[in-house]
Amino acid sequence: MTTKPKVSKAALAEQFRGFIDPDYVITDDETLKPYECDGLAMYCEMPMLVVLPETVEQVQRVMRICSEYGVPVVARGAGTGLCAGAMPHKEGVVLSLAKFNRILKIDPLERTARLQPGVRNLAISEEAAQFGLYYGPDPSSQIACTIGGNVAENSGGVHCLKYGLTVHNLLSVELITMEGERITIGSDGLDACGMDLLALITGSEGLLGVVTEVKVKLLPKPEVAQVVMAGFDSIEKAGDAVGGIIEHGIIPGGLEMMDSHAIVAADDFAQAGYPREAKALLLCEVDGTEEEVHEHIAEAEEVFRKLGATSVRTSQSEEERALLWKGRKSAFPAVGRISPDYYCMDGTIPRRQLARVLLEMEKMSDEYGLRVANVFHAGDGNLHPLILFDANVPGEFERTEEFGGRILELCVEVGGCITGEHGVGVEKIRQMAVQFNDEELQQFHDVKAAFDPAGILNPGKGVPTLRFCQEYRSLEHKHEHTEADHG
Amino acid sequence: MADISQQLQEQVLLARDAGHKLNIVGGGTKSFMGRTADADAGTLNTGEHTGVVEYHPVELVLTVRAGTSLAEIEATLAEHGQCLHFEPPRFGEGSTIGGTLACNLSGPARPWSGSVRDQVLGVRLLNGKGEHLRFGGQVMKNVAGYDVSRLQAGAMGTLGVITEISLKVMPKPAASMTLVQEMDQVDCIRYMNSRAVEPKPITAACWVDGKVYLRLSGARSAVEATAAKWSGEVLEQGDEFWRQIQHLQHDFFAGDAPLWRLSVSSVAANPDLKGPWLIDWAGSQRWYRGEQELGRMEALAKAAGGQASLFRGGDRNGEVMNHQPEALKGIQRRLKNAFDPDNIFNPGRLYSWL
Repeated sequence: MTTKPKVSKAALAEQFRGFIDPDYVITDDETLKPYECDGLAMYCEMPMLVVLPETVEQVQRVMRICSEYGVPVVARGAGTGLCAGAMPHKEGVVLSLAKFNRILKIDPLERTARLQPGVRNLAISEEAAQFGLYYGPDPSSQIACTIGGNVAENSGGVHCLKYGLTVHNLLSVELITMEGERITIGSDGLDACGMDLLALITGSEGLLGVVTEVKVKLLPKPEVAQVVMAGFDSIEKAGDAVGGIIEHGIIPGGLEMMDSHAIVAADDFAQAGYPREAKALLLCEVDGTEEEVHEHIAEAEEVFRKLGATSVRTSQSEEERALLWKGRKSAFPAVGRISPDYYCMDGTIPRRQLARVLLEMEKMSDEYGLRVANVFHAGDGNLHPLILFDANVPGEFERTEEFGGRILELCVEVGGCITGEHGVGVEKIRQMAVQFNDEELQQFHDVKAAFDPAGILNPGKGVPTLRFCQEYRSLEHKHEHTEADHG
Repeated sequence: MADISQQLQEQVLLARDAGHKLNIVGGGTKSFMGRTADADAGTLNTGEHTGVVEYHPVELVLTVRAGTSLAEIEATLAEHGQCLHFEPPRFGEGSTIGGTLACNLSGPARPWSGSVRDQVLGVRLLNGKGEHLRFGGQVMKNVAGYDVSRLQAGAMGTLGVITEISLKVMPKPAASMTLVQEMDQVDCIRYMNSRAVEPKPITAACWVDGKVYLRLSGARSAVEATAAKWSGEVLEQGDEFWRQIQHLQHDFFAGDAPLWRLSVSSVAANPDLKGPWLIDWAGSQRWYRGEQELGRMEALAKAAGGQASLFRGGDRNGEVMNHQPEALKGIQRRLKNAFDPDNIFNPGRLYSWL
């Protein structure tokens, strides 16, 4: 991969200013500064320059020029990502899609929305609400994150078990290739002929092309949603209760678990009336028709009681439902209040391994002298441990990062994966060597080359080089339980 | 129930060394699909690579070897009150899960429950270099690496041999009811779509022979309450009707006339083409019987926002899938080369140029 530009910054900027509003070709350090990182601010790099094109044709021209000179391109939406996937390349261009922020069409009968990539996730549901529709995936950052970024990361949210991830809610994307070609992947139908390129593009972290339009499916807003909150005096019991619900044939719209640290922090923050003495808390939301919710809520309450819940409370109004969720939804800022900094991890595990993973994490927490609070998308096995640290204490972030890395490796060891919804980016590139062997990683590199042979789209992200992996696997700090499990 | 992945791997390596091609065959029930198999290629039989590798009902995840029959999988799931929610069609008792994924086949529930591709969580794959690789996993959320697992859907084995699949499974709905009423082909499009806008437990919508069929499934109380509100007669043999649609056993599918499939916008007006039509997936999937040119069917599908393919019958030596624009052709050729550099697997089965 060559990353050495054959063109100077000034010459490149001048070329871009030939067809993009000169105010939106950014070259000065002060204006470039906000682009130096995404939501994972520990990783930053100043880009060579930033462009904010306004039309698809301009995006195509930017791509062609960058292709010609071998200049790296990093596409960027709202910059809310949590894996440094949008961290700039120091000799590259940041291609901001911020100006592509229009909802092009909502077709209520077809239950679809055609969107520019810079449309915010929540804005889709807000616009669709007048038709009784909404967009399913709801990542925590949905107020700010964009649909283009959601496609890049295959974003999830709290309703994935029932309503799926981004990949399940897309019909088509328009993609600009590294050569500047404009192609449509997918169609207005539910599938298209040939290999499923739409799935391949979703979650590809901006390494295969730049998305300039997205068509998503919309869902009818459920008639009713109600939430049952249950407290438990052990994590194991709460885990069994999750299994109990599923075994009963109920697929909740949302099923969230919090550990004792998260319960107390969230309750202090939101005054949601959580059982503060509980070791684990479950929030189980059932949605659907009135009849169905009525039937399933009664069953869920019974399952929780039978499986040893120490408290069970069901929302009796929309206000109460919102309050119960408020604690969970503000868990991250709540934890932010009890610690100068926190680092959010994103592993996924088979649910049955939860107790073991939490126990091992507790041991590591003691070992590193760092507290950890856990919120868990229990329905789909996605664990978000929040490691509390203080960036002003020298060496503490490094220890936090190492602790985080070990948690992810533990997830792989128990049959899970290193990232459920945040992506690999730069952050988890080390752990890719634990999740995959060299042949698999090489296959990823070959896939990448089918789209971007010169390797200039978002270089250094997503898939590590094989040499890097060999070095990482042989590092001394590796522990007995981090052997890659590949049969 | 046997793990023959090592033999499969050896066969791939042998073929590679000898410069041979391989047609991948599981249960052999989908030989009518795609283009005619290369007569000079050998056969790689995955039908003996069977068995449930792991199944934890509480996790809603099943891992099976690719040659396992749908019949066996569904029987295993039924013991725990679970099912394959995408209602895969079977074209014979031997239909396997591997072939179902390779051909991306899903039944009447697809618009609501998702397709086979949607339920796939991970695969093991033998690539053209004979490397046995693992992608995805056994968890619902996984964004580590490119989604090679779902890329296999519709690839018809051109990228490699799927040897193992992990799938999301779901509880069987507690109750199910079908409503039927007379309606013409024009009105049914709007009708099915407007029902789908309502937040009700609809799980299938199909029009055939001047009648529209809607299925409701889920909690009994919700199914009964919705049925009472909506128009239409309760169809006594509802499950049997949907079984016929799912497995293409309805009278519409009988006989040798070429069977065309149009995957289009659910709300598009039905193409102005005389002959028998069956409209499924609330309008997203349209079936047509009759001698036609692929180009003409593609044009009709394009006007409806989608694509056409010759699903069964007709000339299978020519192209049978909607043509691909040059840029997409290039990407798919390069992907083929990335997985199968010596062009061993299913040559020409999906497209003449792949």
